[in-house]
Amino acid sequence: MAADVDKVFKALAAPERRLLLDRLRADNGQTLGQLCEHLDMTRQAVTKHLKLLQEATLVVAIWRGREKLHYLNPMPIHEIAERWIGKYERGRLRALAELKAKLEEETDG
Amino acid sequence: MAKSEFVYVTIIRTTPEKLWRALTEPEFTRQFWLNSIQECEWKPGASWRIVKPDGSTADSGEVVEIEPFRRLVLKWQNHLFPEMTAEGYSRMTYTLEEKGDTVKLTVTHEMDKSDSKFIKAASGGWPQILASLKSLLETGHSLAGTDRWPEGL
Repeated sequence: MAADVDKVFKALAAPERRLLLDRLRADNGQTLGQLCEHLDMTRQAVTKHLKLLQEATLVVAIWRGREKLHYLNPMPIHEIAERWIGKYERGRLRALAELKAKLEEETDG
Repeated sequence: MAKSEFVYVTIIRTTPEKLWRALTEPEFTRQFWLNSIQECEWKPGASWRIVKPDGSTADSGEVVEIEPFRRLVLKWQNHLFPEMTAEGYSRMTYTLEEKGDTVKLTVTHEMDKSDSKFIKAASGGWPQILASLKSLLETGHSLAGTDRWPEGL
């Protein structure tokens, strides 16, 4: 369990890997080729980052016919949140996160 | 691609047999799956439904494929919201893979329709259920709030 959590934090510690997660969040189920498009990274670098993300189960790869598609798996982050945040504060934290997003949106616009 | 889907994976310190029982038997699902049970004979072609604590049907469908302790595929239609019922059947797959002293559970839920409201709702509901299932099997206790049906749903 502890080792698994280490893998998740390590995988999340690089901006390139968080960018890959963002890309999957926007469009889930992409091939390596699709993920490499519009990215300032070599195919080799993306492959390496995806491997670490998969070892942390933050990304799951599934074969669909002849294509290997990559999906964002929120479960490890959910489990971490559950461990330290728990049920009781969630409602209030969500309200605060929504308020922050709203205020920042107004500032940006 | 005219499709909506998600793939969730959780690694649980348990055995495929225990996990299978937890996913299918009422005494377990009541504890982590919002106090609901499933009615099903668990064989190919059998009808399947999720029964709310008040006895009404939350979701229904049928068993498409079943390989005990390894794989289950269900046709799955929601009945809680008319706009989701209208979307028809989704397809939900459990895959259980034993890895050392853990089991990797993969949940795939898909519908041949872009921007499915039901798949979006299900993708928001599953993490809490799965996290609670993991907790129940590893610690003997499900997570707070997952042992009762949400008010108003």
